Amino acid sequence: MPKKLVVIGNGMAAGRVLEEFFERAPRPYEATIFGAEPRVNYNRIMLSPVLSGEKAYEDILIHDDAWYETNGITLHRGKQVVQIDREAKRVTAADGTTADYDKLLIATGSVPFVVPIPGVNLPGVVTYRDLDDVNTMLAVARMGGRAVVIGGGLLGLEAAAGLKAQGMDVTVLHLMPTLMERQLDPSAGYLLQREMEERGIAVRCRANTHAVLGETHVTGVKLDDGTELPADVVVMAVGIRPNATLAKEAGLETNRGVLVGDDMRTSDPDVFSVGECVEHRGICYGLVAPLYEMAKVVAAQLSGDGKAVYTGSVTATKLKVTGIDLFSAGDFNEAKDGQDIVLRDVARGIYKRIVLKENRIVGAVLYGETADGSWFFDLMRKEADVSAMRDTLIFGQSYGGGSSLDPAATVAALPNDAEICGCNGVCKGKIVQTINDKGLSTLADVRAHTKASASCGTCTGLVEQVMALTLGDRFSRAATEPMCGCTDLGHDEVRRLIRAAGLKSIPAVMQELGWKTSCGCAKCRPALNYYLLCDWPEEYEDDGRSRYINERIHANIQKDGTYSVVPRMWGGLTNPRELRAIADVAEKYDIPTVKVTGGQRIDLLGVRKEDLPAVWADLNEAGMVSGHAYAKGLRTVKTCVGTEWCRFGTQDSTGLGVRIERFMWGSWTPAKVKMGVSGCPRNCAEATCKDVGVICVDSGFEIHFAGAAGLHIKGTQLLCKVAGEDECLEVIVALTQLYREQGHYLERMYKWADRVGVDAIRAIVVEDREKRRALFERFEISQRKAQIDPWAERAAGRDAHEFDPMANFSLAEAAE
Amino acid sequence: MSEWIDVGAVDDVPTLGSRVVQAPGGDIAVFKAADGTLFALRDRCPHKGGPLSQGMVHGHSVTCPLHNWVISLKTGEAQGADHGCAHKIPLRVEGGRILLAASTLLARAA
Repeated sequence: MPKKLVVIGNGMAAGRVLEEFFERAPRPYEATIFGAEPRVNYNRIMLSPVLSGEKAYEDILIHDDAWYETNGITLHRGKQVVQIDREAKRVTAADGTTADYDKLLIATGSVPFVVPIPGVNLPGVVTYRDLDDVNTMLAVARMGGRAVVIGGGLLGLEAAAGLKAQGMDVTVLHLMPTLMERQLDPSAGYLLQREMEERGIAVRCRANTHAVLGETHVTGVKLDDGTELPADVVVMAVGIRPNATLAKEAGLETNRGVLVGDDMRTSDPDVFSVGECVEHRGICYGLVAPLYEMAKVVAAQLSGDGKAVYTGSVTATKLKVTGIDLFSAGDFNEAKDGQDIVLRDVARGIYKRIVLKENRIVGAVLYGETADGSWFFDLMRKEADVSAMRDTLIFGQSYGGGSSLDPAATVAALPNDAEICGCNGVCKGKIVQTINDKGLSTLADVRAHTKASASCGTCTGLVEQVMALTLGDRFSRAATEPMCGCTDLGHDEVRRLIRAAGLKSIPAVMQELGWKTSCGCAKCRPALNYYLLCDWPEEYEDDGRSRYINERIHANIQKDGTYSVVPRMWGGLTNPRELRAIADVAEKYDIPTVKVTGGQRIDLLGVRKEDLPAVWADLNEAGMVSGHAYAKGLRTVKTCVGTEWCRFGTQDSTGLGVRIERFMWGSWTPAKVKMGVSGCPRNCAEATCKDVGVICVDSGFEIHFAGAAGLHIKGTQLLCKVAGEDECLEVIVALTQLYREQGHYLERMYKWADRVGVDAIRAIVVEDREKRRALFERFEISQRKAQIDPWAERAAGRDAHEFDPMANFSLAEAAE
Repeated sequence: MSEWIDVGAVDDVPTLGSRVVQAPGGDIAVFKAADGTLFALRDRCPHKGGPLSQGMVHGHSVTCPLHNWVISLKTGEAQGADHGCAHKIPLRVEGGRILLAASTLLARAA
C-alpha cells in the first residue's frame, strides 16, 4: 500500500511541492490536500491584475481539476483543518473529514495583519489576500465611490492601482514617511508617490489610522490628527503574518512562524512545513521565489533525498502595476553603512541606486528603467566582486560590456547561470538547454517545461529574448496571438482592457492601447466594433464602416457582386401570405434563383444592390423581417413539428423554437449562431450539430451546445437538462450571452467551449443561478437596441448612399 | 470635351467609405481614406473581380469583400503575398468637386 501524504493548505507553495514531487517518478505517496478556499490552486501574486481588470480568474489558475485527477490527488476544497493529532497521525477538518498520514506537510501560508483599531470588523473593511477579497472589492468598485487603502507597501499599492482602474476615488494611508520603505529608499519612494498621485491616487504618508467609522457599514476612517476621510470600502494591506496557529496547537515548535531546519522538517521529523507559514533561520518570507526554493527541497526530502537542503533566499521585488517599472533587491535598512552609486534622470523619471559593501552589491533599486535588474540581482546573489567595473556599473550590463544598448545583446551577454525567472529560479542555461533538448518553439511550451515566466509573468520579455537567441529565425513572438498586425495584444487582453479602462469607441481603443496603424485594418476593426457593441450596448453606436459588406448591407454578397436576401421564417414556419409576397418579389425584381436553405427558410439569390431597399420594403409589407443570414449573430432556430403533429413528439418543439427565435433575433455574436429544437430524441431538427440544440424528452428539455456542421463536423455536448420552457430559454440566453462576452471575434461557439472548458461554462450558466440571471438580464438590455429590423430602416432611407451610385456615365459616348 | 469630368462632391463620399460611378467600361469606385484623401480605382479586384467599393477602407488600402485581398488605393497593386493590380483612374479635386480623367472614365474597356 502506498504511503500517505497529507497537505494542509492549497496555495502556491503546496502546489509547487506536489508538482516538483510528481516530476520525480516513481511516486511512493498517495496525496490528499485540504484547502480552506473553495477552489483549485491559483496564482495568488496575480490577484492585482485581476483586480485591475487586466486578467480574469481563469487566467491565473495554476492547477485545474484535471491536474488533481491526473495525479490521483484527493482535494478537499473549502475544508479547513482544525486539528492535527500527531500521536494518531491524523488530521481533522472543521466539517469532521479526517485523513491519516505517514508524512504531513503544513502549508497554511499567512494571514493578513489587521490593525487592532475600533471599527475594523464593520462590513466594508476587507483584507487583500485571496480571490474572495478581490471579488468583494470588485463588487464595491462597480458602484464607484471612495476607497481608502491602509498600507503603502507592495500589496497596498497594487490594491490602490487596481481600485483606481475600476473607477474608484482612492486614498492610500501609509504610516511611514515614504512608500514601500522596506524595499525602496526615500528617493525611489518619492518617485513612486509622485507617479501614484499623477494617476489620481491620493497618498498620505505618516498617516496613522485611529478608527474606522460607520454604524452598520464603513463610512470612513479617522486619522490620529483628527482628519476624517469618507470611504465606501477600506482595504487593510499593512502586512501579513505567518499562520502558525495550527502547528502551535499541535505542539510543534513555533516562533513567529513554524520553525523548520534546512531540511524543511519541523520539530516532528514526519511533519514538513513550507511557504509563508515557515520561519527558517529566523526569517519569514512573503515573496514567491523563496517558497519555490523551499518547495524543491521538500519534494526532494519526500522522495528520499536526505541531502537536499534549503539555506535561505536573497529576494527581489517588482511592483505589478501596469506602466510603473520598479525593481528592488536587498534590504535598504540593513544597507545603511554601504557605499552608494546613484544615477538620476529627473526629466525622464529614472532613478537607479546600487549599494555596495566591500565591493559587493548588497542592494539595488531601479525606478523607471528596470532592464538591468536581473543582472544586478545576479551579481548580488553570487556576491561577485564588482570593483573592476565599478565606474560603469550603474549604466548597466550593456555599457559595462561595451556592447550596444540592444536588449537582445544584453541577454546574449548574460552567463548561463544568470537567473531569468526570479519566481521560479530558472536560469538562462536551463531555458536554452530545454528548448534545444525538447525542440520547443513557443512561449507556452517553454513555460510548461521550465516554468520560466509562468508565475508573475514580468520576465516574459526576457524569456522571449532567450528564445529568440536560441531559436534564431525559428522564433516568432506569439505568446498571445495578436489580434492582427495593428497591435501586439491578443483578443482576450483587448476585451478585458476595453472593459477595465472604459473604452467606448474604436478611436479610443486604438489610442489608449497603442494601435500601430492610424485606423486599424479589416481584421481588427470588425472585431473591435463587435466588442464595443457587446460591452456597451446602450452607449456604443455601431460603426458601419467597420462591418464586413454583408453586415453593412444586410444581405449576402455573391461572386458576381449581386446579393442574396433571406427573410426570417420563425422556427421555419411560413404561410401563404408570406410565400405569395416572396413569389411577387422574385417576379417583380427579376430575381433569378429562389432556393430553400438548410435553415428552413427561402433564399432569393441574384438581387441587384440598388434593388435591395425596394425588395426589403415589399417583404416588410408582408410582415417579414431580415433573417440575418449574413450576420455574425443569431441565424436560424430549426425545428421539427413536435407534439403539434408528430406521433412521437414529446413537447411543443416548434413553439419553443419560435419563442427562442423571437427572443434572440437581432443579437450580434462573435461568429454565427445556429440553433435547433427537436421534439424527441429522433432529432429531426438535427439539433446535435448546432451551436445550441434542444432535445425534448418526456420529462423536459436537454440543452446541448458547441456543435457545428461546416468546416468541422462536431457533435454537441450536453450542457444540462431542465424541466420547463422558461428555464430552458433562460439557460440558452445566458449561455449565448457568456459566449458573446468571452468569445474571440470569428470564434465559433464550439471553439470557445474548447478554449474555456465545458465545465467552466456549466459552472456559470447552469450551477450559479445568480450569474445565470445576470447574464440573462445583460442580454435583455442589449436586445433593446438590437431588435430593430435593419431592412425596415434601410427601406426607409438609412444609408441610402450605400445603394445609389454617385453618378452614372454608363450610357455616355465612348471617348475613343 | 474637357479632359476632366465632374462626378460628384467630395462630401458625397463617406470617410472610410466609397461611392460608385457607373461608366461604360465598368463601375469605378471612388474611395475616401480617414485622412480625407480621395482615390479612384476600377471597381474590380484583380483576383476574382470582386467589387472593391464594397470593401473596408483602412489606411490607404481597401480589403476586397470577396476574398480579403488587400489592394493599395494609391497604386491599385495587391499587397502582401498576392499579386495583381486594379486599374487606377486619375482623380483631381477642385473646389470641393471630384473630377475623373475623361479618357479613362469614358473608355469602353479598362
